[in-house]
Amino acid sequence: MATASTVFAPELTQPLGRTFISFLKEARYEFLKYLRIPMYAVSITVFPVMFYVLFGLLMNRGAKMGDVGVSTYLIATYGTFGVLAASLFANGAGVAMDRGLGWMQVKRASPMPPFAYFVAKFITSMIFSTIVLVALILLGISFGGVHIAFSMAAKLTITLVLGALPFCAMGLAIGYFVGPNSAPGMINLIYLPLSFASGLWFPIEALPKFLQAIAVHLPPYHLAQLGLGIVGAGRGESAWSHWQALIGFGFLCLGIARLGFHRDEGKTFG
Amino acid sequence: MIATLPDIESRPQQKDSRSTGAVVARLQGVSKTYGDVTALRNIDFSVQAGEIVALLGPNGAGKTTAVKLFLGLAKPTTGGVNVFGGNPVNAEVRMRTGAMLQVAKVPETLRVREHIDLFSSYYPKPLPLAEILAIAGLSEIKDRKFGELSGGQRQRVLFALAICGDPDLLFLDEPTVGLDVEARRLLWDEIRKLVARGKTVLLTTHYLQEADELADRVVVINQGTIIAEGTPSEIKSKTAGKKIRCVTRIPMEFICGLPGVLKVCQDREALEIQVSEAEPVLRELLQQDSQLSGIEVTSAGLEDAFLALTQDNNSETEAARRI
Repeated sequence: MATASTVFAPELTQPLGRTFISFLKEARYEFLKYLRIPMYAVSITVFPVMFYVLFGLLMNRGAKMGDVGVSTYLIATYGTFGVLAASLFANGAGVAMDRGLGWMQVKRASPMPPFAYFVAKFITSMIFSTIVLVALILLGISFGGVHIAFSMAAKLTITLVLGALPFCAMGLAIGYFVGPNSAPGMINLIYLPLSFASGLWFPIEALPKFLQAIAVHLPPYHLAQLGLGIVGAGRGESAWSHWQALIGFGFLCLGIARLGFHRDEGKTFG
Repeated sequence: MIATLPDIESRPQQKDSRSTGAVVARLQGVSKTYGDVTALRNIDFSVQAGEIVALLGPNGAGKTTAVKLFLGLAKPTTGGVNVFGGNPVNAEVRMRTGAMLQVAKVPETLRVREHIDLFSSYYPKPLPLAEILAIAGLSEIKDRKFGELSGGQRQRVLFALAICGDPDLLFLDEPTVGLDVEARRLLWDEIRKLVARGKTVLLTTHYLQEADELADRVVVINQGTIIAEGTPSEIKSKTAGKKIRCVTRIPMEFICGLPGVLKVCQDREALEIQVSEAEPVLRELLQQDSQLSGIEVTSAGLEDAFLALTQDNNSETEAARRI
């Protein structure tokens, strides 16, 4: 062993510039990968937009939700619904697929900077989230009579995209515990009821009383309330309390994902 | 079953001049268990700079586990793993190794050159893209998406990802699985070229011909234990012998008892008899059964050598019955 280490003393260190390029390429190709999967790109962007057009622009024209128009209110809730889907699918289904079918091993065996993989997935889902939000806002302004200042639109977008990070972590947690084939189904099974019960499809006040009582404990509710607070349709709860709930939830999910990451070693042999 | 094996003695033997003898990777007293399953049992095994080592064994023998340990994808239950004098999980070590693993699914919507571009970015001194494409035979299809490739082309992309960083040590886990004869030979040529350039290769295979053709050293592994180690010709000589195939009414038990008979098995209507020397056994058989027909005598290839080795290891009872 001594001879080996003297002959082959490690001489290479990773310069920062190259690490950065690795991160950049990882993110770029991760984004391209999903952009070229119609199933993903379409279901992430089209469903929230479709719901918004249906319930926000066609069916409830001119209706009010408290102080704001329905078309404004629903930008925040369907926006939350959209970023939730983008985060859960890019991270959850993505990780489950890479893990279950051996690709993760190839990546891990390579000198890929360890965090590049996760950062790329987070960035990818954040880009898709942004696309959904911008689409909803533009639709609302163009066809729903939404009056929203640029600064408010920007604040809404940034808030929902950053607030989606805990759901990226939730995606990872799911991705590390379900198989590649069951992942998309499992995510749908979790996030569709979750969205409904958190008041992302219909305003929370329209839900049955017992669901309202549950809703306030669900993470998407807190993200939606942050968005609604920005467009002036909040329920007067402090933004900080919502952030606290989201951050706590995010760390819980990261912890679960970490367990899965360590559990992964030694699943296959031969 | 491999019908004809090229005569290994006629193959150019250059290994002794190539290998510098420095150990670049080593498993030391390594055992690995997954729950109740023991994948490797107290393995000692090292790879020296400049050689091609074939880890040969049937499915489930522990070959892939050994590769995973070398790559830091699994931790040994007991024992030590050392690659380039360090822990294989170190980034410095990983920058000097490349790996081709058995993968069921690779992101299908990325193009060949995009996959290579990404993996090249992980390494300090990657080969130029054009060179990687040429080595792996992918120049024509560099713009295709992975999902559009044939099985053989996919294997070549995985090979390209293993070599793109110009690593000193390559781990190839079943590199030619699913390749046709032509593609397999091309890949062998490329592996030989890499070693000619001073690289070291550890490959696993259950293609015996592959170990025979490529390797300087063969390590035969079965049920997590190394059962033989040596040059391909040494491995063969351990069970140098012949195989007699014939149709006869002589009971198997009787043939088992004949001197020089290693193993008898029924293959459809015929018997296959592995012997150390064909002539005395044939003489005896012909004497016992005048109706004996369909005689074929073939020399035992590495395939048979390998079978004999694993069988010796597995079934002590059979050996006992033979004596």
